[in-house]
This record gives sequence, structure tokens and C-alpha cells, in this order.
Amino acid sequence: MIQADLNIILPEILLAIYAMLALLAVVYTGKDKMAPMLTWLTAGVFAILAVWIGVSGEGENVAFNGMFHDDAFSRFAKVAILLSGSAVLVMGADYMQRRNMLRFEYPILVALAMVGMMTMVSAGDLMTLYMGLELQSLALYVVATLRRDGVKSTEAGMKYFLLGALSSGLLLYGSSLVYGFAGTTTFAGIVEAVGHGHTPLGLLFGLTFVISGLAFKVSAVPFHMWTPDVYEGAPTPITAFFATAPKVAAMALFARVLFDAFGGVIGDWQQILALLSVLSMFLGAVAAIGQTNIKRLMAYSSIAHMGYALMGLASGTALGVEAMLIYMAIYVTMNVGTFAFILSMEKDGQPVTDIASLNQYSKQASGRSLALLVLLFSLAGVPPFLGFFGKLSVLLAAVDAGLAWLAIAGVVASVIGAFYYLRIVYFMYFGEEGDKLDAPRSPVQQVMLIASAAIMLLGIVNFFGVDTAAQAAAAALMPH
Amino acid sequence: MIGLEHYLGVAATLFVIGIFGLFLNRKNIIILLMSIELILLSVNINLVAFSSYLGDLTGQVFALFVMTVAAAEAAIGLAILVSFFRNRGTIAVEDVNVMKG
Repeated sequence: MIQADLNIILPEILLAIYAMLALLAVVYTGKDKMAPMLTWLTAGVFAILAVWIGVSGEGENVAFNGMFHDDAFSRFAKVAILLSGSAVLVMGADYMQRRNMLRFEYPILVALAMVGMMTMVSAGDLMTLYMGLELQSLALYVVATLRRDGVKSTEAGMKYFLLGALSSGLLLYGSSLVYGFAGTTTFAGIVEAVGHGHTPLGLLFGLTFVISGLAFKVSAVPFHMWTPDVYEGAPTPITAFFATAPKVAAMALFARVLFDAFGGVIGDWQQILALLSVLSMFLGAVAAIGQTNIKRLMAYSSIAHMGYALMGLASGTALGVEAMLIYMAIYVTMNVGTFAFILSMEKDGQPVTDIASLNQYSKQASGRSLALLVLLFSLAGVPPFLGFFGKLSVLLAAVDAGLAWLAIAGVVASVIGAFYYLRIVYFMYFGEEGDKLDAPRSPVQQVMLIASAAIMLLGIVNFFGVDTAAQAAAAALMPH
Repeated sequence: MIGLEHYLGVAATLFVIGIFGLFLNRKNIIILLMSIELILLSVNINLVAFSSYLGDLTGQVFALFVMTVAAAEAAIGLAILVSFFRNRGTIAVEDVNVMKG
């Protein structure tokens, strides 16, 4: 019995053991000298686990009396999380090494955060949810503060910690109410207790608190205030990490709680989600316009993108979840490419984040400018790039669920949002003459940038099969 | 007779005090950390009260997990606070302002 359970959570166990062994091995040998090797090794482990989970996973396996679900949905999320984590690790290694920031704790903490995220997306119980979420968050608080002699990095870590802890508190208070009124913490038990249509008031309160806590984690408006500061303050490779894997994990967890535990009372949470979605889309689009720091701009961009992903969830249908998963997969790919570019922005060896430094960049590096142009158009949702199809699928899901007003709001917000992406393109091609950026040094970042831009173009042929996988994943989440 | 609702009342009060401590406090980051502990404490009271009321052990197990994580969270919070203090020489809330939106 226990053997079968352990087999189901084998990837998580192996990754946790790997992190602990790596910590021991590195502490007793070279410490920071081993960090570059360890970073690549960890990225390799992530990639191997992603392939393993993606290829060997089958059917729906439940471990530990329903506390842990291994199904198509969790596998989709895990593969996306692991692959993006792996890509971000390798593309930041060079940047951190040259600034003497590559400590051996970095890959180990990321691996532990990964274990937390994998647990989160497989959660079938409020306790598993909380433990996974905290394992991820605690590791991320430390990673944000990685540059501990930097004023900005420690301030970012401080803010992230305080607001993250507050959101965990809200989520927990909600969980305790849900437990009290449903009499159980398993999602399967909650969905029975909630029933259809008639929800006790205590459960509604619990649900609202849980949604608020999760909205903090996905940085949806009005719980977004930490995002720009943390994105700006944390070292850029870590910002790239924050913008990718944890967002997918939090969004997948959101879907799991809403559909697995509260799937019977969609009407009770649909409006909350629609409101979060519309506020995020508009605030993300409007607030980004005035930004001059590209990391802050990407923070507001991610807020807006979370709004679109929430639109998929707000639909409350299998189609909506499928659209959300496709959207997140595309979002992660775009962000990996864009951050690969941001990581390579340097002047005299110092990192620059000012958008104005991109003036006339196309004359200096036409290929890279073109790749960034593709990515920015895709982020803005301009056809025929992949980002457009991501937006299209969530909009169609919203219309299909009878939320036409939300879809129209989404279109309006995306038109407003296109302005600030296009402004960067304008700077690159028609900007004023200015100081030149350094030539890119890291071939890994170059490869990531080109690969991500190529995916945005080539993916429109068949989505690389991601849509089929997302469909299966969404079906696994629906009540049978 | 003290019933479930009394416990829930205490927990809700502590929770609200914690939230207000986080948002209204303008002095010291240590007080923010204390407010967070207060929130987690209120959750534990809730969980144990429900557990005893329902005659179900799950709530107490959950409370134990919460306590463990709260300890780890406090440790990390204080560690971040120490490195923040080394850089800035202050832990006043109003000095957490290098970055502004």
C-alpha cells in the first residue's frame, strides 16, 4: 500500500533527495566554486524529470488517501514548471557568475522550490496544498534576497516575505473555515459537502479567503502590489524565475482548488474570478505605460497576463481550463525569451534595465532586435504570432461560457496593453541615437532568445501538440 | 458554557488584529512579523476548535503542520530582516522605500 503511494510521488521524492544530497556534497567540497557545475546539473535533473513525467505518466493515480493526485492535469503543469525552471537556471548562470552572485545555495533553493510547486499542483487536500505552497514560498523568499549585500535585493525579499506571509495567512484562515464547515480537508470530501447550489455561509467565507490568498500568489489585482517591487529589486535571473515557473504552479493550484474542491458551485466563485481578471488586465495594461524600467514593465505585463489566464478559469468550463493551460504554456515560453534578452542588456559590463537604452538597437544587432520584436508582438497578442492564439483561446472560452462582457474587456485591455510593447519596438527601430549596449556575451541566452522567438512563429502550425495535452489535462480536472 | 462560537470569536478577533497590525502599523518591521504570527495563531485556534467540535483529528494534525511552518517562516523573516538591517541600518517601516511604483 505505502509502496504504491511512494511510487506515485517518486519524482518529488527524488528531487527532494537530490537537493539534500547536493547541499551536503557541495558544503563538504568546493562550496561556491562548484556552483556553476551544480546549476547545470540541477537544470539537467529538472529536464530529465520533465521528460520522465511527460513520457511515463499515465492515467489518474491517487496517493495517501486522496491527498496527492497524479493526473494529466498535474503532469501538464509539472512538465511546464520543470522545463521553464531548467531554462531559466541555465540562462542566468553566466550573468550571476560574472557578478559574483552565483552561490551554491541558488540551484539548491530553486530545486526545493520546484519540489514545492510539484506538490502544489498535485494537491488533493488542503494540507498538501499548504505544505507545497509554503515549501515553494519559503525557498523563493530566500532566493529573492540572494544578493544579501544589495539594498534593492534585501528590500525586495522583505516585501515579498511580508506580503507572501500575509497571503499564506489569508489562505490558511480560509482553509480552517472550509475544514470546519465541510468537516474534512480533502478536496473530494469538500466537493461532496458543498453539494450543488446550496453552500453554507461559513464555506463561502472560507472560499473567499482561499481565493484571496491564491490571488496574491498569482499577483492578480487587487493583490498585486508586491509584484513590481519584487521584480525590480530581485537580481534579473531570479526575476526571470519568478515570472515563469511559480506563476504556472500558482495558476494550476488555483484551478485545482476551484474545480476539485468547489467544482459544484461554480456560480459562487465565477464573479470573483471575473472581477479579478478584468481588474488585472486593465491595471496591468495602464500602469505599464509609464514605466521606464523594463523589469517593472515585465511585472505589470505579467499582471495583465495573469488576468487573461484568470479569464479562462472564470469561464468555469473544461474549455476554459484548457485555454488557461495553453495560455500559461505560451506565456512561460515568451517570458523565457524576453528575459533572456533582458539578461543580456549591458553597458560596459554593468546590467541596464532602462528601456531608453534600447534606442536604435536594430542598427547594432538586427537579428536580436527581430527576435525581440517577435516576442513583444506575441506578448501584445498581435497575429499571427503564438501569443495571439493564446489570447484567442481564453476569449473564446469566455464567450462560450456566456461571459461576453469579460471577453470584450479583454480585447480592449489588450489594445491598451499593446501600446507599451510597441513602444519598445519603436525605440529599437526609430529611437534617437544614444549610447550603445554591449554585444551579447552568453551563447545560452542567445539560444533561448532565438528558440523562444522561433517557437512563437512555428508554433502556430500545430502548437507542438500542447493543445492536445492541455485538453487531456483539462478533462482530468473535470468531475467525472 | 464555552462553545465553538466563542473560540471562533477569539480567533476572528486575533485574525483582524493581525491584519490591522500589518496595514496600520507605521513603525517597526518586527511588529509586522508579530502580526503575521498572530494571524497564524488565530488559524490554529480555529483548526483546533473545529477539530474538537467535529470529533475529527485532522484539524489538530493541520495545526501541528501550521506551527512547524510558522516557525520556519519566522526564522526566514528574521534572517531577511537582519540582512536588510545590515544594508540600511534601520528597520523602520517607512524606510522600506528604495523602490516605488
